[in-house]
Amino acid sequence: MNGRLASALVVFVGLLVAVPAARAADPPNAADLEAELVCPVCETTLDQSNAPVAVRMKAFIRERIAAGDSERDIKDALVAEFGAGVLATPGKSGFGLLAWVIPLAALAVSAVALALLIRGWSGRREPPPPAEPAVEPELEHRLDEELARFDA
Amino acid sequence: MTARRRLLLVAQGAAVGLVVLLFALLLWKLVDDAGGGLAKAAARGERPSAPAFTLERLDDAGELSLASLRGKVVVLNFWASWCIPCKEEAPYLEQVWRENRDRGLVVVGLDAKDFRRDARSFVRRFDLTFPVVYDGPGKTLTGYGVTGFPETFVIDREGRVVEAFVGAVNSDDDRARLRAAIETALQS
Repeated sequence: MNGRLASALVVFVGLLVAVPAARAADPPNAADLEAELVCPVCETTLDQSNAPVAVRMKAFIRERIAAGDSERDIKDALVAEFGAGVLATPGKSGFGLLAWVIPLAALAVSAVALALLIRGWSGRREPPPPAEPAVEPELEHRLDEELARFDA
Repeated sequence: MTARRRLLLVAQGAAVGLVVLLFALLLWKLVDDAGGGLAKAAARGERPSAPAFTLERLDDAGELSLASLRGKVVVLNFWASWCIPCKEEAPYLEQVWRENRDRGLVVVGLDAKDFRRDARSFVRRFDLTFPVVYDGPGKTLTGYGVTGFPETFVIDREGRVVEAFVGAVNSDDDRARLRAAIETALQS
């Protein structure tokens, strides 16, 4: 049973590695790139824009795909012309990294705050009952005498 | 005060501070947005300072800064190769440059949101001989309040905007206004 599980795990991990690697070897798809790049004039993705510069950028993408460039090469070339703002998703380094880190940090802070809140709620117990009032010594003495008489 | 209560107060304070900060950023953006502010100020007869820039040259090697042109009158023209009115306007700007360059005037073409290759083709096609700089991301546009192409600014010898043209300088009226602004700047 453990052997089967280990084999399945190896196959699964192999697929996880192989599928993206196979995709990376494929030529880039123009439609995918147009959805991931922004027209610098109208600020929408290229696939949503018919602005003259967007039309020119779409032609550039097709030229570069035909020339054998990778997706990374094409994006880098467009960033070199129009700046990082041309990428629909922010970069994973420099200032663009903040766009990835801030939501994760906010999620972590929210989780901690929620945990503290839940801990605070569960910590609220019923107040302990008030201590019984101490019996006065004279009364206690009389009570002992009565009980002793009763026992006799 | 318990530690938990203190922590809660700090968290509440941070949340309120964040909201105030975002609101202040929004206000700042609304107030600071130039949006044609230079053109409006020039139209009121004011002479606002032309925002500085240093940009890569397309017609030559190296960079060109606006500050290096201090002492000359500058006709700064924002354009892009894909802009149709820019094609009609370019030969006229070349004529203005040729007629006035010996009088202390320089026309500077600022190509933005464009491919370098296309911009160079445009320069060759219209035989432009004035300096042309490149701002692919269009970072200079905000400072000048440029919202479309072409736009042209006449800047005096002290780096102040004398006149601004939103749209092409193609009509007789606009061309007469450009020449008048150039004369005003040259004589000041």
